[in-house]
This record gives sequence, structure tokens and C-alpha cells, in this order.
Amino acid sequence: MTLLRHALGRSLQLVPVLIGITLIAFFLLRVMPGDPATLILGSRGTPDEIAALTKRLGLDQPLWRQYLTFLFDLLRGRFGQSIVYRTELGPLILERTSATLQLVGLSTAIAIVVTLPFALLAALRKDRFLDQAIKVVFVVVMSMPAFWLGILMVMVFSVHLGLTPVSGFGEGLVERLRHLLLPSLVIALGTSALTIRTLRSSLIAVLGADHVDTARAKGLRGSTVLARHVLRNSLISTISVLGVHTSWVIGGTVVIESVFGIPGLGSLLVSSISARDYPMVQGLTVTFAVLVVLVNFVTDVAYAIADPRVKL
Amino acid sequence: MSEPMTDTAPLLEVHGLSTRFPGHAGRVVTAVDGVDFTVGRGEVFGLVGESGSGKSATCRSIIRLFGGSRAAIEGRILFEGRDLVPLGERAMEEVRGSRIAMVFQDPMTALDPTMRIGDQIAEGLIRHRGLGRAAALSEAVELLAGIGVTSPAERARAYPHHLSGGLRQRVVIAIALACRPRLLIADEPTTALDVTIQDQILKLLMRLRDETGMGVLMVTHDLGVVAQTCDRVAVMYAGRIVETAGAIDLFEDPRHPYTRALLAARPSPEALGTRLTPIGGDPPDLADPPGGCRFHPRCPIATERCRVEAPALARFGTDRAVACHLATGDLR
Amino acid sequence: MLLSPETRARMKRNRPLQVGGAMLVVLLLVIGFGGAVFPADPLAVDFSTALLPPSLDHPFGTDDMGRDVLARVIAAGLVDMEIAVVCVVLPFVIGSIVGLVSGYAGGAVDAVIMRIVDVFWAFPFYVLVISIVGSLGPGIGNMFLAFTLVTWISFARIVRAEVLVVKRLDYVAATRVLGYSHLRIMFRHVLPNVVTPAIVFMMSDVVLTILAVTALGFLGLGIQPPTPEWGVMIAEGQNFILDAWWISVFPGLAIVWVGISFALIGDGLDDLLRAKG
Repeated sequence: MTLLRHALGRSLQLVPVLIGITLIAFFLLRVMPGDPATLILGSRGTPDEIAALTKRLGLDQPLWRQYLTFLFDLLRGRFGQSIVYRTELGPLILERTSATLQLVGLSTAIAIVVTLPFALLAALRKDRFLDQAIKVVFVVVMSMPAFWLGILMVMVFSVHLGLTPVSGFGEGLVERLRHLLLPSLVIALGTSALTIRTLRSSLIAVLGADHVDTARAKGLRGSTVLARHVLRNSLISTISVLGVHTSWVIGGTVVIESVFGIPGLGSLLVSSISARDYPMVQGLTVTFAVLVVLVNFVTDVAYAIADPRVKL
Repeated sequence: MSEPMTDTAPLLEVHGLSTRFPGHAGRVVTAVDGVDFTVGRGEVFGLVGESGSGKSATCRSIIRLFGGSRAAIEGRILFEGRDLVPLGERAMEEVRGSRIAMVFQDPMTALDPTMRIGDQIAEGLIRHRGLGRAAALSEAVELLAGIGVTSPAERARAYPHHLSGGLRQRVVIAIALACRPRLLIADEPTTALDVTIQDQILKLLMRLRDETGMGVLMVTHDLGVVAQTCDRVAVMYAGRIVETAGAIDLFEDPRHPYTRALLAARPSPEALGTRLTPIGGDPPDLADPPGGCRFHPRCPIATERCRVEAPALARFGTDRAVACHLATGDLR
Repeated sequence: MLLSPETRARMKRNRPLQVGGAMLVVLLLVIGFGGAVFPADPLAVDFSTALLPPSLDHPFGTDDMGRDVLARVIAAGLVDMEIAVVCVVLPFVIGSIVGLVSGYAGGAVDAVIMRIVDVFWAFPFYVLVISIVGSLGPGIGNMFLAFTLVTWISFARIVRAEVLVVKRLDYVAATRVLGYSHLRIMFRHVLPNVVTPAIVFMMSDVVLTILAVTALGFLGLGIQPPTPEWGVMIAEGQNFILDAWWISVFPGLAIVWVGISFALIGDGLDDLLRAKG
């Protein structure tokens, strides 16, 4: 199976990146002011207790040994202990990952729904009024801080119109969607500003391509040419840059989760930093990076499936 | 208005065709400027000129496809007696592919890279003949076999990037011929191909013309292609036709100085080793063409009159016309 | 910089560059001289004037501690713009040099540097900035460090891609034949020809950076109160959004203003410099 081999080859290339990610996360904890043992025990720790914990955590070992220990713990799913929650990090992070993924999923879906019509309109009316108007509107949207736009939307949609909840996560599918709608919309709008540009230029390039003339010369309807020959080609070439946008969406959740009180990885990261829960910060940083790497891997394989020119 | 009798009218009659494109900084490029010609049934009519002479814009005006750019068309394009210029886009879609088809210059880019060959051929059949996908696909395989493609069923399942340039051009031709069009527009169909493949493709086109009786509008800058395929020829320069003639007459007795220059610039087997005479100067800017005869800045025999007065296309005999003040006198 | 008449003519037609440039000039004038024209103290607490709506005395109203919102927006502008500019220029310089060396040297050096870039690329921008600033603690110096660590990779990628193109051109080969040192070739002959796209990207990076800097302030991880900062002000106004919308809305509009002006300048520069070829 050639596709499988392609996927395997790509996943092998991920190994150095994943190792690099753990290195950065490892040193993130080392460069922090103060030593971890003192931080974990706080002001209550006696010098004896601190010395004991230092030994238990292996902090008296040379750096490279500490790193290897950290790496192998990670491989066994042991992320370390949270200072605040005083439990293993793994289950906590896993629980939060699901909320973030739901937010990312809905944001991506909304972003696609927003991007397609606007990119098409802009490309078909290239350099004319509608194209310029779409460009200006999304320059403005991109310049809005997500947290500010979120607050304004809550004020309008939740408080004045009473359409959506002010914050929280909600139980059950309908409630969940209602709770996630505004935060997803905020992330999706920011992302669309980027994706509309990418898809627009791709569409313009394909619209002028020779094979589109061939399709028109067959007498196909304009809409058929657009859907079957223009949009399909543009979307395939857009898949290859989707990874960058997804990284942006995932990053966007950090701030937005805090604004809307969604119990995901992002709000946990912010609260952990405020609480100086450094092992948690470390674990979350690794988790975010791994998520991005996985998404990029999936887009890569999806691209290989969608574009027949990629040699499998 | 009543439809004229389609049996007696010539296949294609072009009268006073002008095509304008928006150029840089609000300028207007008149790529085609008052062109007249006719193509008969079963006839191969050549449109010859340098790049930028308007020959490509002329044939694209007929099928109204401009690669995504906008163009304004004036004049009359009578196809089987019916004027195409006032037709809406919907009506043009009915004509394209079914009555008029087109073969493009570069087979490397003329096929959709993401769609299988068979589906690309079948699309037209499904659209105009109302076939189901399976029936259309099996007819696509037959079409490929008919134009000499070996193992056609296998090729139909391939993607364009699996095929060589020559094979791709055969596919482009199969797409064009799928619905048995009455007029085939071939825009430099062999320019992008190797010499040996060129010959095969031209022979294929001639064979298909003989079999189907379609008219062919052959656009080319290559006089070798003209000699090999065309019955009659129009030479274009800077958006205008400067000379029309039977293909043999054109080669034996070129009348317009530009035609002569073209023939002189052509490497022929007899001329091997002798010095080529390239045409001096550059083709004019079509947003701001020179006054008088457009060829006068490059013409070796231009007079004062050529600088101020544009020559009309004057008829000589039954089948010949030249737009030159100095091309007077009898023709054989 | 000398501008050819042709470039000047193109600038005259370049609407995004003109509008963005004008917006930037207005911004700089307000930040630079606003305090002199409108001399309210951005830090003066006076509970008797708390939560006043916009009026002639207080054009942007007052916050919950009676501080003048306009004065605070102006003062915050100086803080935010300073951080944004440094946080873009530092990674631009470092990233461009790394990209230059990586692309020019090629081989193992290039491979190693690009793997490092790949690793940094895996972290979402916000996650890494927040983690680094959060770990090192708030403070302007730490923010400079965090943004430099995070965004140098973009500049390195852009410059390297350009170097790979320019390296193959004849004039670079010619300088080699002349026996110039690698350093001289890189900085005198290659760099000027590859830096343009990085400069264009710098403009959109200002937008991203100002959004991230204010987000840090909003989350309480960046500039600390009472120093006026747009993100901090928006967070402070969040609790009063229903009764005193002006506390949060005006600093937000200021951020949007900065974002639009730099986005337009970036677009305009892109048109201008790309047309030049």
C-alpha cells in the first residue's frame, strides 16, 4: 500500500521535530527563575524537604540525564506532577484536550463556510469594487484583537440580544454548540482573513489556467467549470498551506478560552502560568506542539490523497 | 428574426471583427481590428502571423474564451448562418464543444491535472449528448482508440501527468472531437511538440477532417504547418489581415511585403546554409498602433502614402486579397 | 534612499500605501504630541469622576478609578508601539542574518538550522510567547526576548528562500571569481537583494505582535497595572462593559487603527516592491 508507505515515511521525518519540541519544553522549565523543588514546595518547604525533593526529582543529576529521564517519562505518558492540582498531569491534560479540539473543530468549520463564498466572490470580481471591499473588511477583522472582539460579541449577542450564553461550556450537543458558537466565530473570523487571501490568489491563478479554457471549450456550464475544475484545483493547493492556518487556530484558542471560560488547554495554560505551575506549563507546551505536528501530518497525508500528482 | 438557411451559408463568416482588451493603466488594446474572412465546410483555413498579430485573439473571439480576461467583441461572426456575437453566455455554452470545438497550444497545461483522462473526455459527451457516465466513459475509450492511442482503456484511467506531450495533445484532440463539431479551431496545435510528434498530430487532424467533413481554422506562426495542411490562408499583422490567398498561391506568389518577409525568414530545406532574412524591427504596440499602413515602419518599400493612408484589403481575382498600396497589377 | 521617478509615480497610484502611511502619521502625531495638547494625567486616580461617559472634558470618558481614558489610550500607545517595534526589529535582524547564513552556506549548516526552524514552527505563536513570558515573568525585557525567540523563524525562512534564488544568479558567481570574502559577498552583494520580502513581512508582523502584546496585557501576563497599556485597559473595562463600554472600546479601536495602518502599508509595499521585480 503506497499511501501507507508515504504516511510512514512522513511520520519518520517527524521524529527529530518531536525530539526538538521536548528539548525546548525541557529548557523552558530550566530557565525559569528559582529551582523547581523550591517552587513546588513553596514557602512551607524546609531545607531538608527541598533537598529530599531535589533528589527525588533527579534535579541533582547532570542536565543530559535529567533530559533523558524527562523524555522517557513522556514516552510512557508520564508528564509529571502538577504543583497546583497535586496529581499526575496526563489525565488532566487529556480531559482538557477534548474541549480545545471541539473549539478548533467548530472554528475550522465556520472558517471554511466563511472563506469559500468570499474568496470566490473576490476572485471572480478581481480588482473590482467587491474584491476591494472584501479585502478592506478582512484587513479590519484581522486587526481586531480576538479578546476584544469576543467581549464586544458577548455584549451584543449574549447580553443585549440574549441569543448565546455569556460563558462556559454547556452540556449536551445543542447547549455545547450554543456555548461554543461565539468563541468559534471569533477565531474563525481571524483565520478567514488569512484563508480568504490564500484561496483568492489560488483561485485567480487557476481561473487563468489553460485547462479551465479547455473545460469551457467543452461547453460546460460556468458553474460546473467553477466547481469541478477551478474550485477543486484551488482547494487542493490550499490544503498544503492549511497547516499554517491550523497552527493559528490552535494558538487562537489560548486567549479565547480565557475570555469565554472554556475549560480547554488554553485557559489551563493561562491559569497555570498565573499559578506558577511550571510542570503543567511544560506539559501543555508539549501538548500544543504535538497537536500542531499531528494536524500538519494529517493535512500532508490528505494532500497526498487529494492531489494525484503527488507520487505515492 | 428568421434563421437563414444553414445548408447554403458558409460554415463560418467573419465580418468586421474587432476585439479589445483592457490594457495597463486604463489603455485599450485592440488585438483584432476589423477582420473579415470565411471558412468553408471541410476547408482548412490558416491564420498566420507573428505572436501578437491578433491571430489567437481572432480565434478566441469566435468561441469567446479569453483565459479569464475580459474582452469586448464587435462585428459579426456568422456560424452556419447564425450570428454568435449577440448570443448570451448560456447560448454560447450550447455551441461550444458541440458545434465549435477548440484544440489548445500547450498540451502540458491544457488538461486538468486532478482529473482522469477518461472523465475529461466524457464531460463533453455527458453535457451535449446526455449520456450517462458509464456510456460516456466507454465512448471516450473508443475515441482514444480512434485517434490511434494504444491501450486506450488504460490511458482513460490515467492522469495527465502520466502521459507524454504528444499523447496529451491527442487527448486534447479527442476532447475537442468528442461531439463531432462542425468547426475545429486549432490554436498552434503543434508548437509545443517535438518535430516528429508535430507531423503525427497534423496528419491526424487532416485524417479527421477527411472523415468528418468539419472545417478547420488553423492558427499558426509556422509556414511549414500551413504548407502541409491549409487550403486557404490569411496573413495577419498588428490585428489586421494583410493578405488572403490559396495556400499554393501564397507560397508561389506572395504579394504583401510582410508575407514576403515572412517567407524569406522561413528556414527551408533548399535554403539551408544560406542566410535567413529576419524581419527587422518589432511588432507595433496594439494600444497605440502606427498610423497609415501598420507595417510601414518595418516595410522595406514603404512610401509617403503608406505613412498616412491605411490600405484597404483589395480583391484580386476570385480568391485573393491584399492590403497594400504597392501590390497593384494582375495576378496569374 | 533614492527613489526613481518611476517609483515615485507608482507610489502616487498606490492607495493602500498612502492610506496606511497617513494613518501611521496620525498615530505617531497623537502618541507624540497628544499628551501636550491634552494634558490630563493618565495615572491620576479620582473616584469623584469615576465611570463618566465621553464628554468635552473627557472625550473618551473615565474609568472606574476616575482616570481619563483618552489620556490613558495615548500614554498606552507609546508603551505598546515601543514594544511592538522592538519585538519586530530584533527578530527581523536576527532571523535575516540566520536565514542569510543558512541559505548561503547550504549543506550541513543549512540542514541543522532548518531543523531548528521546523521545531519552533511546531509551537503555536501564542502558546510559545505566553509560555516564555509567563515563565520568565512579566517585564519589557522578557517580552523582547520571548518575541525574538518566537518570530525569528519567519524571517529566517523568508530570507533563506530568497538567498537560494539569488545565489544561483551570475553576479554572485562573479563576485566569487573576483576573490571577495564570503562575509563581504553575503552582506554587500546578497543581503540587499533578498531583504525586501522580509521588510514586507515585517509590516504584517507588527500587526501580529501588537495583537499578541496586548493579549499578554489582557491576560495579566504582560505589562502590569497601573502602567497604561491597551490590553490591560480592555481587561479593566471588561467588568464594566455594560455600564461603561468606553473603557474597553476605545483602546480596542486604537489597536485596530494600528493594525489597519500596518496591514495597508504592508500591502502597499508588497505591490510597490514586487512590481519593481
